[in-house]
Amino acid sequence: MRILLVEDDRDVAGFVVKGLREANHVVEHAANGRDGLFMAASEQFDAIILDRMLPGGVDGLRLLETLRAQENTVPVLFLSALGQVDDRVKGLKAGGDDYLTKPFAFAELLARVEALTRRGKSDSPVTRLAVGDLEMDLLSRSVKRAGQKIDLQPREYRLLEYLMRHAGQVVTRTMLLEGVWDYHFDPQTNVIDVHVSRLRQKVDKPFPKPLLHTVRNAGYIMRPDGEG
Amino acid sequence: MPATSCGRTARGETRQAPISRGTVNRIVPIWTKIGWTKIGWTKVGRTKVGRNKADRIEAGAGTPPTRESKRGRLLFRLRRSPLLRSAGLRFAALYAIIFGLSALALAIFLWWATAGLLNRQVEAAINADAQGLGERYEEGGIPALILTIQDRLSQNVDENAIYLLTDGGFHPIAGNLDNWPTQVSASDSWFELVVRRGDHEALARIHRYDLPGGFHLLIGRDIGSRAKLRSLLTAGLLWALLVMVVLGSAGALAIQSLFKRSLADVSATADAISRGDLSNRVRISGRGDEFDRLAETINDMLDRIARLMDGVRQVSNAIAHDLRTPITRARARLEDAALHARDASDLHAAVERATSDLDGIVSVFQGLLRIAEIEAGSRRSAFASLDLYALLADLHELYGAAAEEQDQQLELLAKPPLAMFGDRDLLQQAVANLLENALKFSPAGKPILLGAVRLGDRIEIVVADSGPGIPVEDRARVTERFYRGESARSTPGSGLGLSLVQAVVQLHNGTLRLEDNHPGVRAVLSLPAEFSASRRLVRVERPASPKPGAPNPAAPAPV
Repeated sequence: MRILLVEDDRDVAGFVVKGLREANHVVEHAANGRDGLFMAASEQFDAIILDRMLPGGVDGLRLLETLRAQENTVPVLFLSALGQVDDRVKGLKAGGDDYLTKPFAFAELLARVEALTRRGKSDSPVTRLAVGDLEMDLLSRSVKRAGQKIDLQPREYRLLEYLMRHAGQVVTRTMLLEGVWDYHFDPQTNVIDVHVSRLRQKVDKPFPKPLLHTVRNAGYIMRPDGEG
Repeated sequence: MPATSCGRTARGETRQAPISRGTVNRIVPIWTKIGWTKIGWTKVGRTKVGRNKADRIEAGAGTPPTRESKRGRLLFRLRRSPLLRSAGLRFAALYAIIFGLSALALAIFLWWATAGLLNRQVEAAINADAQGLGERYEEGGIPALILTIQDRLSQNVDENAIYLLTDGGFHPIAGNLDNWPTQVSASDSWFELVVRRGDHEALARIHRYDLPGGFHLLIGRDIGSRAKLRSLLTAGLLWALLVMVVLGSAGALAIQSLFKRSLADVSATADAISRGDLSNRVRISGRGDEFDRLAETINDMLDRIARLMDGVRQVSNAIAHDLRTPITRARARLEDAALHARDASDLHAAVERATSDLDGIVSVFQGLLRIAEIEAGSRRSAFASLDLYALLADLHELYGAAAEEQDQQLELLAKPPLAMFGDRDLLQQAVANLLENALKFSPAGKPILLGAVRLGDRIEIVVADSGPGIPVEDRARVTERFYRGESARSTPGSGLGLSLVQAVVQLHNGTLRLEDNHPGVRAVLSLPAEFSASRRLVRVERPASPKPGAPNPAAPAPV
């Protein structure tokens, strides 16, 4: 994946660039809004990570608005210290696809950026999801594994659907809470883990190879191979 | 000469700082003596002041300002004069004006009712006389008229009737006037004149009639008594005017002093507050009048300010303590690792623990910001109609699993529909905070209740557990930021959960009650089901619900 990072803080930028490269992405870095806009407009990227407050006369919002005015639909994730509700609303109204507030955990950033690019690709309507021998029919809302039907509660079904749609990607607890429950706060207790472990009981326990894995300090990942 | 002194006033004043309090006081009696119009007293007041000042100033050098600017500045000064700026004096003047106007109206009415009535009576009598004489004249001609006049004169006991009949050459034929008064010229009209009757002169009201055959007839009444009455009334009214001026001044001064007294306390309190003594309150007289209501409003405002100040102080103290501790811990870990780590894995573990410490600090920090954001009220823009039942059912589902995991039972006691108007995200978070507390403190095997019921125009949400409960003396304080009860000290948490609940409830114009559940806590959120139309006007459309994976635009920072 080719990712553009527009961030003026050198330490944060260095940290993000290094992390993204370790995750096998190609990263370009712009340290101010003007350069960022120039690069975003002239080159092809799979995703842009954009700071809001930038030197150089063009701030993140202006940059994105200019891009969107040129019908550039590249997925954009705002990475900003402006964390109030109004700031988020502004960022998303300007055409942002996601908004992450500083300070942030790198795992969260990585998971969200990868989720963004995945979403951009699946344009045609999907009726069937499959991970390994686990199949989900979105029309009849039925789930089978190795040909065996699995009964799920509505919420468990939505949780599994979300995980399968992001198969091969790390999904954080916050992403699950937002995507499956539509909640926008961070519970202090391990409510998500409880639900995931219940799902695991039904989907993984009766079968020899687990599909749903826990990623330490990050979240969960669904993938066909058995490695943790 | 007034003009000169005004000029001096202007010159003096333009170079002079605003007049002192003492000078103002000296003006008041002059003003009271001289008159009531604004211009009148202002000019007098200023002249006096100006003269004093000018005398002192004129010794000093300086080119006098041009006439134009002088006048402008004088007007400016007049308008800004401390006298005019005294509300008490303004009200007093208004009172005096109203008092004077009503007294004047009374005098006019008195005059009209007495003198006017007499006038009309005289005219009526003359008209009746004229009619009677006219009839006699028609019956018997001039001789009958002469007889009648003589009759009437002899029967007139008051001796106030006046008749004069003359021929074409104005020679008297009959009547009690010696000769035709020269002032009476026009025919058939009223005259008021001094006539000579016998040996004395008298004021009379007279009407002239012209008869066929060139005869002229005057009919009149002596109105000397009316003139006497008028002078009596005038004197009376003048005295009344004097009394009115005295009473008006006294009343005006009384009003002014009442104002001064009533406002002095407010003013003194405000002074003390602005000097930093927040404990001062305006004294309430107990009469329940407008001033008492003003005092109560001001005191309420001061109470709120004091509470806010307390809040700020409390938060800064709490930040100092509650953030300093984890920062210290993180710093110590890092320093310890830098100095004593034996290998990479040691170092790695220390860094990881320090990172999680920092995450804790960040979450406390964001919780504080979020509460502040809610308390500022900016989130009202996200208010919308929502189904509280669905909201609670979702939370029940989310936390039910966690409760079962701990061998607790989360029961939902609510019936759809529960429509209300509010901020969905915030209500979710508030109830979630209460549920998390319940899950944290309720012992295994005991049920936890999540309920909601509509009571009239309010909806009450109840979260009840069977934990240790909150001691009565702590209940008022648990919603303070960072406050943690004795039993909660040993559990993880930031001490911000209930503060956030309180902020959310207040944003919704509701109340949070913490009651005893025997045992445990029974938290009741009492919220208005519907908001007034004016509230709803501030609502703006929220962006459409996002697809899974994309965050809601209103998504708050994780707390």
